[in-house]
Amino acid sequence: MDNIGDLLHGFQVALTGYHLMLMVVGVLFGILVGVLPGLGAPNGVTLLIPLTFTMEPVSAIILLASMYWGALFGGSTTSILFNIPGEPSSVATTFDGHPMAKQGRATEALSYAFLSAAFGALFGVVVITLLAGPAATFAHKFSSPEYFAVYFLAFACFVGLGGASPFKTLVSAGMGFSLAAVGMDTISGSLRLTFELPDLIKGVSFLVAVIGLFGIGELIATMEERLEFRGVHARISPRDVLKTIAALPSYWVVLVRSSLVGCWMGITPGGPTAASFMSYGLARRFAPRTGEFGKGVPEGVIAPEAADLALGIPGSATAAVMMGGLMIWGLHPGPMLFVDQKSFVWGLIASMYVANVVAVVLVLFTVPLFAAILRIPFAIIAPLIVVVCFVSAWTVSSSPFDLWLAFLFGLIGYLFKKCEYPIAPLVLAMVIGDKAEDAFRQSMIIHGGSLGAFWSNWLCGTIMTLGFVLLLWPLVSSALQRTKSPPASAGG
Amino acid sequence: MNKLAPLAFAMALLPASAALAEWKPSKAVEFVVTAGAGGGTDIFARAVQAAVQKNNLMSQPIIVTIKGGGSGAEGYVYTKSAEGDPHKLVFGTHNMYVLPLAAKVAFTHRDLTPIAAMVFDEFMIWVKGDSPIKDAKGFVEAVKAKGGQWKMAGAQSKDSDELVTKLLDKAIGAKIIYVPYKSGGEADVQLSGGHLDSHVNNPAESVGNWKAGKVRPLCVFNREPLAAGPKVTETQAWSDIPTCRSQGIAIDQFQQPRIASLPGKVPAEAVAFYQDLLRKVAETPEWKEYVARTAQSGRVLIGGDLTKFIDGDYVRFQAVFKEEGWLVQ
Repeated sequence: MDNIGDLLHGFQVALTGYHLMLMVVGVLFGILVGVLPGLGAPNGVTLLIPLTFTMEPVSAIILLASMYWGALFGGSTTSILFNIPGEPSSVATTFDGHPMAKQGRATEALSYAFLSAAFGALFGVVVITLLAGPAATFAHKFSSPEYFAVYFLAFACFVGLGGASPFKTLVSAGMGFSLAAVGMDTISGSLRLTFELPDLIKGVSFLVAVIGLFGIGELIATMEERLEFRGVHARISPRDVLKTIAALPSYWVVLVRSSLVGCWMGITPGGPTAASFMSYGLARRFAPRTGEFGKGVPEGVIAPEAADLALGIPGSATAAVMMGGLMIWGLHPGPMLFVDQKSFVWGLIASMYVANVVAVVLVLFTVPLFAAILRIPFAIIAPLIVVVCFVSAWTVSSSPFDLWLAFLFGLIGYLFKKCEYPIAPLVLAMVIGDKAEDAFRQSMIIHGGSLGAFWSNWLCGTIMTLGFVLLLWPLVSSALQRTKSPPASAGG
Repeated sequence: MNKLAPLAFAMALLPASAALAEWKPSKAVEFVVTAGAGGGTDIFARAVQAAVQKNNLMSQPIIVTIKGGGSGAEGYVYTKSAEGDPHKLVFGTHNMYVLPLAAKVAFTHRDLTPIAAMVFDEFMIWVKGDSPIKDAKGFVEAVKAKGGQWKMAGAQSKDSDELVTKLLDKAIGAKIIYVPYKSGGEADVQLSGGHLDSHVNNPAESVGNWKAGKVRPLCVFNREPLAAGPKVTETQAWSDIPTCRSQGIAIDQFQQPRIASLPGKVPAEAVAFYQDLLRKVAETPEWKEYVARTAQSGRVLIGGDLTKFIDGDYVRFQAVFKEEGWLVQ
């Protein structure tokens, strides 16, 4: 109850004309940096921080948080239109969003993406309002074994899926894990897989890999197919947006489940990227028409989007920059903020409600505009996409080497497509591989090398066991089904 | 007196500024940060940026770029490759001479031109807020009682935190298990959650949780307690934390310098310009506020003093690294 009073006070802070203006500016700027892959939320925050030096802390954080929302919304746009994820967390949106766009349903896909993202975000803000205290206490229960268990669960949700052959999935995931290992190793402090190339010291950037694998790879494949997007002649009317809004409630199960996954991964700091993959995996597993996934079903867009925005704790990189901002404004990040700086914290939380509404209204207006881009002939748009891809790869860390990497990944992406290797396991392994490895090795150091570490308490043990069940379930169920016919599955 | 102070300050700087007017940056200056966004080095670079901009100390704009890959090696290699370009200033810690000891990183500190060490960050022993340990003596007893099972969290591997842990091992004659995390912030979350026994964070990394009573400093690795200041918690200020030495832990001093450097082979006039610029930055109220807020020691080393300091510190690190078998060459 106390929280409600604080929240109302927060609304007083957030609903001033000046702050509303900051939200609009922040969201618009965020959409812009989100749409350009490689720029992304952390860089956007970095760009804005010098502007906030002279602002009140609460105004500054409202500007930055609105920008973060905008960037996440914007990140989905290019995923759907061009198969280029603007943000790591929107990779899973490409799986069904892009096929929908290719079928001429870009307006529908974009609207689903934005609406479910807004739903997830609001769901998350409500959870923060009601449970900020308990959630923070719960997060403190997480040590290295629990972290590993969470990553394991996210991986299990996704990998146990049918579709590609298990062997190819394994190869793809293995490549992802190797790529995640390149560079400085946290646990040993040594360099790995850098082949004494200075350019590899910083590791292989996930974004560069994704830009190549998805963006450039997709372009090469499209060129070979027919030299056009099938969406060219699609009808684009603003009325489709309204129709999508009306259809959304029928997907309430996916929405709620995905939002819960998002909150869970937000509290257990698994991060938005892992959350969106996990949610997509779950949606696919429990969907009545599993086979349709990947070919363009709305659930495939709704699931990752609702999860990736839920519980608006910005992903670690962005959060770190904002923390730095807090220090510069003279505040100390930490639990005491809730006591020392009440109007700051609740002003921020209230602004999350308002900024979300502002953001979803603004992006829905942009839908017909963005969808219209697909009407431009492929011969004109393709070179533009190539330019955007390389500019984006450059933006990641201004390194010429990254341009070659993006090109190389483009070829790999094309080969994967031709040989029917799934790209998703590689991407997921790259995102969580490094963190999962660190967590595993920390657990081993702490528990003296005993694998019992992962069953040492109920929390960790439950998550691990659940992970194993999900991982093995497809094998078990297919084995049961095929007891009569000769086994075709090679197993994992 | 107060009204005259800025004037006196300006006059004191006048002769120096006039003599060095020959070189000035002709384009935007890039501040290269050799650590993650939001980390101590990032805040250091941004504090310099804020002080320069608010006091109009330089006519050209400043761009901060984050190049923290490979524990900071990315930023140093990048700066090294800009040899002769006086428009890039790289910000870091002793990692500029420690990193090349333990990993093959394609640069050494001799490829760079150190300009100034501007501030020294402190290391403290921290335990969980509700720990029964009261002081450093209690800490030593508790470590020994655990018989080689005491767990110390820290940021990175083969870097300052692990080094302090090794020095501590020797000083108290017990074995401590070191668990590396990505950052001091992560280590702090783990300690306040009660998953580990202690860490050796910098003051700024743990001040939030100290205020909330979740972690508590026992002693500081310095010859003297920190400078007097306002109370951080209800009862204590930073200056109330005793030195580890006074509590019977035989480690004289362990600090982390924050150093700004130019690439190699830059003109001497440019070096003089930045030395002068950073000296002026250290005099600004914004800078003093930054130093006090982060509970660091503001001590500016330039020129010969800096070279002497770096050489001495390098030798000390090298000796420990050799003993631990961490050297790459």
